[in-house]
Amino acid sequence: MFDKVWDTHVVRKIEGGPDVLFIDRHLIHEVTSPVAFLGLKSRGIRVLYPERTFATADHNTPTINQHLPVADPLSANQLRALESNSKEYGISYWGLGHQKNGIVHVVGPEYGITQPGATIVCGDSHTSTHGAFGAIAFGIGTSEVEMVLATQCIMQPKPKKMRITVNGKLGRGVIPKDVALYIISRLTTSGATGYFVEYAGDVFENMSMEGRMTVCNMSIEMGARGGMIAPDETTINYVKGREFSPKGEAWDKALAYYRTLKTDPDAVFDKELTFDGSAIEPMITYGTNPGMGMGISHDIPDAAHVEGGAATYEKSLNYMGFSEGEHMIGKKVDFVFVGSCTNGRIEDFRAFTSLVKGKHKADGVTVWLVPGSHIVESQIKEEGLLDILTEAGFSLRQPGCSACLAMNDDKIPAGKYAVSTSNRNFEGRQGPGARTMLASPLVAAAAAITGVVTDPRTLIEELV
Amino acid sequence: MAYDKFNILRSTAVPLPIENVDTDQIIPARFLKATERIGFGDNLFRDWRYNADNTPKKDFALNNSVYDGKILVGGKNFGSGSSREHAAWAVYDYGFRCVVSSFFADIFKNNCLNIGVLPVQVSPGFSERIFTAIIADPKTELEVNLPDQTITILSTGETETFEISPYKKDNMMNGFDDIDYLQSIKTEIQEFAANLPL
Repeated sequence: MFDKVWDTHVVRKIEGGPDVLFIDRHLIHEVTSPVAFLGLKSRGIRVLYPERTFATADHNTPTINQHLPVADPLSANQLRALESNSKEYGISYWGLGHQKNGIVHVVGPEYGITQPGATIVCGDSHTSTHGAFGAIAFGIGTSEVEMVLATQCIMQPKPKKMRITVNGKLGRGVIPKDVALYIISRLTTSGATGYFVEYAGDVFENMSMEGRMTVCNMSIEMGARGGMIAPDETTINYVKGREFSPKGEAWDKALAYYRTLKTDPDAVFDKELTFDGSAIEPMITYGTNPGMGMGISHDIPDAAHVEGGAATYEKSLNYMGFSEGEHMIGKKVDFVFVGSCTNGRIEDFRAFTSLVKGKHKADGVTVWLVPGSHIVESQIKEEGLLDILTEAGFSLRQPGCSACLAMNDDKIPAGKYAVSTSNRNFEGRQGPGARTMLASPLVAAAAAITGVVTDPRTLIEELV
Repeated sequence: MAYDKFNILRSTAVPLPIENVDTDQIIPARFLKATERIGFGDNLFRDWRYNADNTPKKDFALNNSVYDGKILVGGKNFGSGSSREHAAWAVYDYGFRCVVSSFFADIFKNNCLNIGVLPVQVSPGFSERIFTAIIADPKTELEVNLPDQTITILSTGETETFEISPYKKDNMMNGFDDIDYLQSIKTEIQEFAANLPL
């Protein structure tokens, strides 16, 4: 499948160099695009296909009082630059306050910009999310953003291919985020560097598009440029009828193309890995990269049992204030963050709500629930989830990247512990000195109502 | 944007023997708010380099006056995480022209190549020997020879070859970039686009 999509988009191969790859859809946001537009200006060139680029503001935007002017002058300046560049070059722009505004990797699929078999790039490493649709989607740097604006192409060596197969029935309380964190814990944070991943097996086949997006989103956290899942009826049902999806005859033609996107039975991969889905527990991370995760009931491993240098491992545990051999269950939690391009979709809020229903937020825990888009926000209200959340002592913020990377005011204070459904637990990622434990929305919910790291399986009998 | 030509670089180096150095460490997100490519070097490794009150952390390599040079030597899996090219800009703006590691994350490596910072991947054993040599004598010079694709520890004469695609090598040596190339095949791109399945 990967080869089919890649080869379809190769404009030319350069002897002793990369392929020139045509990009169908290009997403941009305020942080990684301004210097690319400056480059265009200094070269005096236009955007070749403005209709193939879509702009949304998300990284810097506040998640409360979005109707007010953005207070931080630097953030405001960056947001203004995205708006003026989009206008100048004829690019559709979904800025703050626009109904379609939201996290780029949430709104792209929601409006049908993401299509099976497409090549999709964005100046953001979590562009891998869109691979859930059988697209080749990956993050690029700003120089490459400029290339795509100028020529709709980038220069890429074709990556190696890895297939990760997970079969078996997932246990109670185990949801797509746990599957992703489990795979990364087995591969380490660099185990898939140089590869593009295809996920296969009934665990992924049985997932909703939201779940598949969570898994593909995290591909970059094991070093892979991207991950993809073959499109099936679930994919087609999701894509059909969305605003930017093909219509009429174009839809029939597109559908015929989507149906060719299967992995041949005799397809050869550079690396094949297989895991047993029934062995996966609810996961949590204890260190400072996403590969440092484990089943929530386990103890923090000894340096001797982890790959990599002991000095780096010790530095990581010191930052977290943890020690080898400790239980994670029972550790104090100061903040809970549910949101981001990893877990800011409706299913994530359904999962969170299913566990907190009829219970109450723990004292002393600050909980930020941040939907990925206005569509997600509306769904939360329409499905009655907001009423349940309000009853349990929670409130909802407005869409944006928020505390995932803490570019706006949503920062975890130094030394504080956060259970976060986002994608990175790097030092200072959620604010200088912040200590992040990555987990699923269910584990986040369990922490939000108990104030400590808690196995969600112990809280209710029938989980989603 | 065309950048400096790279040929042979002979310089002392700054050692950073830490694994999995992610781009959030190289430049934290709160310093990504500029709309121009200026001043990122000041915030290179900000939170490892400075305390919360902006005083320098004395034990960090960039604050140790014995270490200096245009080459940064990092641990395994250097540049993982976010795609922010600002990380490569910060490395460049600080004054480095070459980063050496036993393993690079893909996007960071690409970003470096696109702005004229040469990523040199060496074997784990050679990486250890470089760290040992620099830490024993911070005046140890490394020679990075792009035409020959070699890196040499000048004090011991130990040398190793490194990989780079002929296309990127040519770009680095001549200060060309990909947009120059892509612009030259624009008609071919437009013809290709007219025949796509989507």
